[in-house]
Amino acid sequence: MTTQTLATGTPAAWKDGKRGLWMMGVLWPALPLISAALALSTGMGLFWWLTPVVIYGVLPLLDRLVGEDRVNAPESAVAALENDRYYRMATFLFIPVQYICLIGGAWLAVSGGLPALDILGLAVSVGLVSGAGINTAHELGHKRENLERWLARITLAPAMYGHFYVEHNRGHHVRVATPEDPASSRLGESFYAFWPRSVWGSLTSAWHLEKVRLERQGKSVWNWRNDNLQSWAMTLVLFGALALWLGPIVLPFLIFQGFIGFSLLEVVNYLEHYGLVRQKEASGRYERCKPEHSWNSNHTVTNLMLYHLQRHSDHHANPMRRYQALRHFEQAPQLPSGYAGMIVVAMIPPLWRSLMDKRVLAHYQGDVTRANIHPPVREKILAKYGAMQPQTVEA
Amino acid sequence: MDRYECNGCSYVYDESKGDIHNGYPAGTRFSALPADWCCPDCAVREKPDFLKLAEAAA
Ligand SMILES: [Zn+2]
Repeated sequence: MTTQTLATGTPAAWKDGKRGLWMMGVLWPALPLISAALALSTGMGLFWWLTPVVIYGVLPLLDRLVGEDRVNAPESAVAALENDRYYRMATFLFIPVQYICLIGGAWLAVSGGLPALDILGLAVSVGLVSGAGINTAHELGHKRENLERWLARITLAPAMYGHFYVEHNRGHHVRVATPEDPASSRLGESFYAFWPRSVWGSLTSAWHLEKVRLERQGKSVWNWRNDNLQSWAMTLVLFGALALWLGPIVLPFLIFQGFIGFSLLEVVNYLEHYGLVRQKEASGRYERCKPEHSWNSNHTVTNLMLYHLQRHSDHHANPMRRYQALRHFEQAPQLPSGYAGMIVVAMIPPLWRSLMDKRVLAHYQGDVTRANIHPPVREKILAKYGAMQPQTVEA
Repeated sequence: MDRYECNGCSYVYDESKGDIHNGYPAGTRFSALPADWCCPDCAVREKPDFLKLAEAAA
């Protein structure tokens, strides 16, 4: 199928085939609750691990079975689609489910009398929902409306990643697919090398962005108007309230699930721009971010769970576009599977390299010098892919 | 006082209002914004991508 935009019929006649299915984004974060119910009612400890098994095992299989969806809404239908408040509801409803998981999970971990292994499964499950919350916050945080922007920060609090709200929009989107962006992974860089670079780089960048903004206003960075401090305070209040209620013993659980949550975000960051880079123009500026600078996937199941995050090229070209209206582009590079399958691959670096390096190379028609290469392995990669010219064209 | 529109997301920089949140007080001329300034809404389009809007009705 090569449906780009089938502009047939009137906009009113166009129906979003996925409309009802977007509620999956509200249902699947309830997995830790379902797994707890199953584990407690059957007494089978394995059920505490249901959430990671579904995300890392069942979803990649479903992506394979259900396949791809390349349908784009006709441009004439986009305005109505964006204004349909149902789609906003589908993101808002994620938040109570997320908080019930976190609070219920924390209570069970402390008061449930569970063995350590079961608590670990529960913490991983709750952490994955906190990580999914960063995706919901991502959709909300790009919008102009104050309500959505506030909800974005509430959704980030459990993953301890409030600064994402600052860094993603004003840092990552500006520098995406350049060597300067901590959240764009490089050819030859393993996820385990990327993780600390992105975690630390995003944190320091967010701090710097707010420092510069507040200094322009004539204020110090140590000011309550600092969006980072505000967002981190939400985490402190949330964790502090749970610690007052359940005792400080809950803190290791909360911190560990937060670590799992933001690590899920970082592995998704890792796949989104691997090896891709914007070229510099004569003026010294980077070319504008184009569809060819993000990896995409049209796999239906994971797209429904991630609010079309995998239509990532359109998101970077048009960050204000609401998820239901994001488009598939024929010229955008495609991942071999949806994000759920690819995050498993990313955690096994040799497998990732064998699947993805050739795709980066093919994307650049075999010219590896046009890729974003990880500096420590630059020589090795240039040698391997037959681009041995010693710094001739590189300025 | 002029107004300039982002050619990507239709954000409008209005010189008479400035952009207080980002530290540009009301009255800050578009030309006085830093050279590496980019659209505060979409962060995709940069200063040279902005189009000056025709005089608004009084
Ligand atoms: Zn813009």
